[in-house]
Amino acid sequence: MFPLTSYHEFSLAADLAIAVALGFGFGFCLERAGFGSARKLTAVFYLYDMAVVKVMFSAIVTAMAGIFVLSSAGLLDVREFYLEPTNLAAQALGGLVFGAGFIIGGYCPGTSVAAMATGRKDGYSFALGMLAGVFAYAEFTPGIDAWIRDTAQGAMTLPSITGIGAGWWVLAFVAFLAFAGWGMRKLETRFANLRPRAA
Amino acid sequence: MAQTLIENHLPSYANARVVPRAYWNPYLTGVLLGLVLLATYLATGRGLGATGAFGSIAAWLAGLFAPEHAATNLVHARYWNDGAPLESWTLFLLLGAFVGALVSGVAGHRAKLGIERGPRVTDGQRLALAFVGGFIAAYGAKIAKGCTSGQALTGGAIFNVGSLVFMLAVFASAYALAYFVRKEWL
Repeated sequence: MFPLTSYHEFSLAADLAIAVALGFGFGFCLERAGFGSARKLTAVFYLYDMAVVKVMFSAIVTAMAGIFVLSSAGLLDVREFYLEPTNLAAQALGGLVFGAGFIIGGYCPGTSVAAMATGRKDGYSFALGMLAGVFAYAEFTPGIDAWIRDTAQGAMTLPSITGIGAGWWVLAFVAFLAFAGWGMRKLETRFANLRPRAA
Repeated sequence: MAQTLIENHLPSYANARVVPRAYWNPYLTGVLLGLVLLATYLATGRGLGATGAFGSIAAWLAGLFAPEHAATNLVHARYWNDGAPLESWTLFLLLGAFVGALVSGVAGHRAKLGIERGPRVTDGQRLALAFVGGFIAAYGAKIAKGCTSGQALTGGAIFNVGSLVFMLAVFASAYALAYFVRKEWL
């Protein structure tokens, strides 16, 4: 039954309309969480406001639990999912570089859109920088792409490399989120003095 | 719990006449975002993503000047889409995201022209750093083949090991560098 695109042929217009509708929910949630604000986003790195981790982790856990339940019920065929091949070196290196861009620029690609929508000029500046970076990558360093492709390790998931079923992993993530929630409240109290005064 | 309601700081704009409303509870908003991600998987079998849209625009720009080049460049070619790079799923996703964020921001009295920065940097410095940060983040996202949306959220939800490694690396790097750019934010 799901994913829909594996069982139905959508026209281009329908496909793009689905994208806009899902995007609306995506952008709405990001802005509601405060992720259109660079200071709210970077606050996580000064430990006085852990909203970024709270939102990301709850989102991941919600989606993984939903996927697990629906696929266990036979409604969803996860074999149809696109799984980005793992390349540990590239993903670790890319993550380190990306993290630097995040703390210097104040946004990530998705949240810069929420920032632009709500009038942040620094959001526009970040997005322009992104565009310039993506362009430069394609023009000057396409060789990196070839290296990533040639050294990829293929599909790797926690259940596939550990032999522990997805259901147990969902439980582990839920338990970890509960524990982290407690820890984050401690951190926010401890570093509350870094919080900017409300206008 | 008043503390939970106002636990989010309000952006400090100079002449804010309307008081911005507090953001929603992060756990609740996270669950909603997770449902959007789940819906995306149910609809398409792929998750969310944001970087791809920038790749489409870059390929389109390259195509304006040199279509041959845009069609054959190793990176642009993946977004070239037979000469229609703007008919990109991720680009339309971000168009929707722009509208969704705008509706949310206007409803919450949070949409206002301004620049986000700490008190110890100038507007010009902040705009320059935002551009540089965007450039660096783009490189990171290209090397890792995804960003916070495409790797961390989307891959994380299906236990993709590379995505989880990416997410840990992002946080490790940003935490390590936070001290050095503290003047930009605190």
